[in-house]
Amino acid sequence: MVFPGSNCDLDAYQAILESGEEASYVWHMEKSLEGFDAVILPGGFSYGDYLRCGAIARFSPIMASVRKMAENGRPVLGICNGFQILTEAGLLPGVLLRNRDLKFICKNVYLRVESTMSPFTKALESGSVLKIPIAHGDGNYFVDGETLRSLEENGQVIFRYCSADGEVSPQFNPNGSISNIAGVSNARGNVLGMMPHPERVCEEITGGTDGLLLFKSMISFLKGGMAGELVNS
Amino acid sequence: MKATVYVTLKNGIADPQGLAVRNALDSMGFDGVKRVRIGKIIEIELEDGCPDGSKVEEMCRSLLANTVMEDFTFEMSGEKR
Repeated sequence: MVFPGSNCDLDAYQAILESGEEASYVWHMEKSLEGFDAVILPGGFSYGDYLRCGAIARFSPIMASVRKMAENGRPVLGICNGFQILTEAGLLPGVLLRNRDLKFICKNVYLRVESTMSPFTKALESGSVLKIPIAHGDGNYFVDGETLRSLEENGQVIFRYCSADGEVSPQFNPNGSISNIAGVSNARGNVLGMMPHPERVCEEITGGTDGLLLFKSMISFLKGGMAGELVNS
Repeated sequence: MKATVYVTLKNGIADPQGLAVRNALDSMGFDGVKRVRIGKIIEIELEDGCPDGSKVEEMCRSLLANTVMEDFTFEMSGEKR
């Protein structure tokens, strides 16, 4: 997807090519996603993030098709601003508030894989640690207590911020996110939102290849015949 | 016709901006400030004959406020600019 103000679309495109598959840019004014197996909503500042991050982008014409892909169990990945758009659209629970310390944070962080029910983590090992950068001002994930419990019970918490050796504690929480959450999925598992940028670490030249694991996982999920493989479908 | 919409963070939602402003007031010597919460005021000018409060409520629910984290109220007034 490309919204006015998207700025990680090229990296996302490149990440899919690096994974050995084909990708195309789809402008937000388009209406159809026919022929696509999966969709990525990239990072950036869609519509200038006016009003709230992602609030206006979610009314883009293409979003009806994104919703349909989500309902059909297709992998949908929202990265950073894409995550914000998916929460605003109600495709993912919760909201992303201003960072606890009010600063825009741009650095590498460590993530622990908490659940492998997502197509994007299916091929990963639960508990493994990935090094992936964050770059955001509004990444402070919040849900109410009841929703948090149901997310945890259903295995919808996909990533948590942690130390290099996988310890999850408040000191490794960069932005104040509730329960150190860095990525969540919908109940069915096919829609994932995450603040860190896996598309930025798909080649050694950009500082690592941990991000590539997510895209390769998604591709092997699709090649394995997707629908029956979703845990909660 | 004008609608004035007030969007505020729900109770229990952290407001780091409000906290920073509270701390600034404190360091400026304004004693006794317990808490600061920051919200938004949105002014909407409506065409005559479009004074429908339920439409404004719909605007708030669908776009102006994110009801997961925000509450809203609004006032309708007849004043014209």
